[in-house]
Amino acid sequence: MSITNTITGMDMRIITDMFAYDFMNNAFAAAGIVAVVSGIVGYFLVMRAQTFAGHALSHIGFAGATGAGLLGLAPLWGLVGFTLAAGIVMGLLGERISNRDVAIGVVLALALGFGLLFLHYYTAFATQATALLFGNVLAVDRATIATLAGLSLVTLAALAAIMRPLIFASLQPELAEAKGVPLRFVSTAFLAIVALAVSECAQIVGVLLVFTLMVGPPAAAQRLTTGVWSGLAVAAGLALAEAWLGLTLAFYSDWPVSFCIAILSAAGYFAALAVPLRGARPAGAGMLENAS
Amino acid sequence: MQWLARRYVTILHNHVGPARENSRIFDHETPSREGKALTAPSVELTHVTLRVGARDVLKDVSFAIRPGEFIGVLGPNGSGKTTLMRAILGLLAPREGQLRVFGRPPQRGDFSIGYLPQVRTVLPDLRVRGLDFIASSLHGEHWGLPRLSRADHIMIDETLALVGARELARRPLAEMSGGERQRLLLAQTLIGRPQLLLLDEPLISLDARHQEVAIDVVGRVCRERGTTVLFSAHELNQLIGTLDRVLYLGNGQAVLGTVEEVITTPVLSRLFGIPIHVVRADGHIFVMARGRDVEHVDHQHDHGHGHAHHH
Repeated sequence: MSITNTITGMDMRIITDMFAYDFMNNAFAAAGIVAVVSGIVGYFLVMRAQTFAGHALSHIGFAGATGAGLLGLAPLWGLVGFTLAAGIVMGLLGERISNRDVAIGVVLALALGFGLLFLHYYTAFATQATALLFGNVLAVDRATIATLAGLSLVTLAALAAIMRPLIFASLQPELAEAKGVPLRFVSTAFLAIVALAVSECAQIVGVLLVFTLMVGPPAAAQRLTTGVWSGLAVAAGLALAEAWLGLTLAFYSDWPVSFCIAILSAAGYFAALAVPLRGARPAGAGMLENAS
Repeated sequence: MQWLARRYVTILHNHVGPARENSRIFDHETPSREGKALTAPSVELTHVTLRVGARDVLKDVSFAIRPGEFIGVLGPNGSGKTTLMRAILGLLAPREGQLRVFGRPPQRGDFSIGYLPQVRTVLPDLRVRGLDFIASSLHGEHWGLPRLSRADHIMIDETLALVGARELARRPLAEMSGGERQRLLLAQTLIGRPQLLLLDEPLISLDARHQEVAIDVVGRVCRERGTTVLFSAHELNQLIGTLDRVLYLGNGQAVLGTVEEVITTPVLSRLFGIPIHVVRADGHIFVMARGRDVEHVDHQHDHGHGHAHHH
């Protein structure tokens, strides 16, 4: 990553410099694909207040990835397999359990523990641990990009298929149930979708930092928009912008990519918090209305 | 009156199908609206027992609600108001007896029923605007991407205007007071012109003025569209001018009849399981137990929670 420390200005030549490297092109492609998926899936994660469940899934994925390494399989498939299985189990257990912070926290710690155990027995894999935990987008090859693109298509197609009942069940679960929406199925399918998105996201920013793309941009988008479609567009756009800007920043600063994306994600969120709310009512108006 | 009756018959033929001879359990028959008794009741319970957990919330209950009736559903907390509505929605199968909705067994996802649940999950930070919130319920059980036709948008807009909630369409949910959210939900219930409205405590967290508006709107929908309404509430007096009959639940039992028939010392004493004293004064009715107003004792729990989320 220490390609250059001699940047003096941001002219076109320097920008083209960045794309002169194959690994940078690959990184932009992979980060772009994953950022859009993360922003869109993350929007629903934030809407449903299930971000902690998403975090737990990524930690379970760590155990899956190291376990796969132990068995001589590609870490990505260990990640996908473990998170998918965990997402489905969490969905089937029901939202009351899968939303319980304590239960999730315990499982999350257990998963990291297992990840450590698997690393312990497969020491040659230990060098990969940092890449798994914090991401290594600069090492992504073309085959991985193709895999990520395929996974992304599956993820978005599945989300599109359940989007309507998912929104209904997220906003008004009691009514959705009465109208015949299969709540358990919808929430299970959604967590499976989250599992796929987390697996993809972990390839870019690592399992510990999936929040940077899956929660930061959607949370900012929720703050800035009030419509579902506009929210999805802003979430995907912000995630994409943060991922690509992060890569650019890393290229010229020699800082780790995941760190750059992390600060941009946080900056985007806090900037959105600072934006005055549209149509905000004067303080106390709500209380007056209910006082009578 | 004749006009109204004729209108009813038309509506019934359009929506409920051919008239059916109705045999029994019209306890406390009120003869004022002739013609209705000839058609299938909107809701009919025959020796129904509803069990939640290990408790029979309603035991061997029979009554029939006629199409177009405005029924005030009253009773102490835990007397089965919500349970009854869930059973009508097909979310809870009767343990015994027969429950029929428009002459059919209850069916989950019945489009002819509009439902306002009492427990309404509200995600505190949700900045989705009112329009998208309501729109989510329109064909929300269909798979695929959400999309609304022009007709859907017009329908939403008209219904919002009906309850005076048009300005809420653009406001984010997180910024609404409990009362505003309630109005939005009430409007949502009316979309699609359901034939049966199940409103579970729709007055909670509304201020006095909006309570009047809500009762008035529902009353108008009931009269003008011939919609059957089950309206549960803690307070009888507000509804007296609007309701046709009262369904009073308590002690596992249910009594359906006019206010004069049901709100009496013997009937309510049986339903509450304690001696009840009914006091009528100046057009108001007070239901007293041991010198205290029963309805107001219950009702106090719901006051001052305008901003609270009713979980």
